[in-house]
Amino acid sequence: MSQAVERLNGAQIVMRFIERQGIERVAGIPGGAALPLYDALSESSIEHILTRHEQGAGFLAQGMARVTGKLAVCMASSGPGATNLVTAIADAYMDSIPVLAITAQVPQALIGTDAFQECDTFGLMLPITKHNWMVRSVEELFEVMPEAIRLAMSGRPGPVSVDIPKDVQMQEMDITVWPDPVVADTHPQAQPEQIQTMLGMLAKAKRPVLMVGGGVIHSNCSEDLLRFAEQQQLPTVASFMGLGAMPTTHPLFLSMLGMHGSRATNMVLEECDLLIGAGVRFDDRATGKISEFCPNAAIIHVDVDASELGKLKTPVLAMQADIGSVLRAYLVDSQVIDRGDWLARVDELKRGFGWPDVGDCNVFHPHGLITRLGQLVGSESNVFTDVGQHQMWTAQLFPFSRPRQWSSSGGLGTMGFGLPAAIGAALAQPDRPVLCVSGDGSIMMNVQELDTAVEHSLNVKIVIMNNQNLGMVRQQQALFYGERFCAINNRRPVDFAALAQAMGACGVDLGKVEDPDAALAEALSTPGPCLINVPICEQEMVFPMVPPGAANIEMIGE
Amino acid sequence: MNTDHVGKTVLELKVKNHPGVMSHVCGMFARRAYNVEGILCLPPVDESEYSRIWLLVDVGEKLDQVIRQTRKLMDVVEVNQHPSLNHTVFVKLEDLFINSAGAE
Repeated sequence: MSQAVERLNGAQIVMRFIERQGIERVAGIPGGAALPLYDALSESSIEHILTRHEQGAGFLAQGMARVTGKLAVCMASSGPGATNLVTAIADAYMDSIPVLAITAQVPQALIGTDAFQECDTFGLMLPITKHNWMVRSVEELFEVMPEAIRLAMSGRPGPVSVDIPKDVQMQEMDITVWPDPVVADTHPQAQPEQIQTMLGMLAKAKRPVLMVGGGVIHSNCSEDLLRFAEQQQLPTVASFMGLGAMPTTHPLFLSMLGMHGSRATNMVLEECDLLIGAGVRFDDRATGKISEFCPNAAIIHVDVDASELGKLKTPVLAMQADIGSVLRAYLVDSQVIDRGDWLARVDELKRGFGWPDVGDCNVFHPHGLITRLGQLVGSESNVFTDVGQHQMWTAQLFPFSRPRQWSSSGGLGTMGFGLPAAIGAALAQPDRPVLCVSGDGSIMMNVQELDTAVEHSLNVKIVIMNNQNLGMVRQQQALFYGERFCAINNRRPVDFAALAQAMGACGVDLGKVEDPDAALAEALSTPGPCLINVPICEQEMVFPMVPPGAANIEMIGE
Repeated sequence: MNTDHVGKTVLELKVKNHPGVMSHVCGMFARRAYNVEGILCLPPVDESEYSRIWLLVDVGEKLDQVIRQTRKLMDVVEVNQHPSLNHTVFVKLEDLFINSAGAE
């Protein structure tokens, strides 16, 4: 039986692979070398989101991937287009976000000649992706595209990049059969004997703590996690990336641990005798001085990535497995355990050394503002931040109630992440309003994407905690550099509300209204993109804080 | 005589034979700050799609971590730590390049 033969060029083949994978939209910016790709895109079913900067496209894709857990795609032309994607891809690599970056390259005949808009994209993407390819013939696309998609989604997710020279985009071939859409590899599963060992260790432990990380979010196993923690009566702490895995209001939940965790949380970790690290990588901002982290605890480490086991902390029990499979295997034959004494001690620490009471703070105080936002923005909203003090205040105090509600640049700490990523979330989940908490420093790093949000009338609310400083740098200069302030303030306030209005968004300045509380509530409930400027005192610091390089127990402030 | 290779070991990698493989392998060692003292690559034999790379590296406390990272590389099919301690591959290379050159 003969099958229909299609003659397609490389660019059309790329778009077909993406379409067949169920990708509905792609963020990017065209350019000379990418013209065939965009020609093919125009005749595909894929919606293209034109950003104002390629870094915005990379973060927009991240926003889509972070809230859905699915692969997202960004595109850029050769040279500066590709280099502008680099930061967003490096960011996705650090936080394990599945993103496919497609970059155009100059024709192969020109590679190595310093051609116009030529750069070594392969070399640039190499250390910041799970794997990357340069495609040398149209036939190779049939190996590379499915492999790239599979790799991004499988095991520990992450970014991949495919660089496609213009001549390959235009090269034609006959196609009769398409491979099936890619399915992610099956995760490594929990081994029964390891589950038994874990059961034994948990039964013996007097002061166990569960530490949850981004792996729990990626594994979509928050419900199992909750049941596990409740059955075992485990005080639970979250890494920055693990926030939302357990509702922050749950009685067993403590807070984020580490540099800006609560004093109580770090004290509990100091006392614990068994730590279960679930989908965590023991990042230095979480552990503080690693040799003094959980000094009295045996460690059980579960991660899907074998290279994380033993990388920084030597576990007594290491399981290379999907954390969801471990929890489910465990739940089959475990009993509810009573840990009354330990929980009483944890509660005592929580009462004595938890977050300060923010009852009488107004919206111009960081604690008051985040608390108010938590009350006004429902749990159905997605919450994004940029990077800096506002990010830590949000991580500390926002009441997260579900996984994937919280997205922020964790590992790389990229200022400029918030707005474009929030736009991606608003596009991927139009029913969920998006709150983007930012700072006056961070917002300026990708503020051009406000125009993208306006173009698509997206429900993105940007709240700028404006202390007219690079606040986190100011804080460290104040605390550790003798208040020798340097390069943190441009001394010329920007009218952010007017800036938003200039781009066609709603812009509100809470410092200039009579009733800031009412204005905040109204701005948050008005549909469409809105920027809300909130003046904050420049002397406010994020406390408590572990000085860089110190042990978590040596926290300073409040 | 041969250079002292005490405290060194040889990693033998089976890799896919296509452009970019060396970049991925060497780049990973460089960014993980793991020193490579010697590298030897041999082209595929019998039209196999695989080549072999031998790496002379320190037996440091991060060796296990760097082996795990190497295993994660897409183009690396297999990583074996050479069982023998006399590192025949690099010893013979030295004989060939240094000792025989000196004899000429």
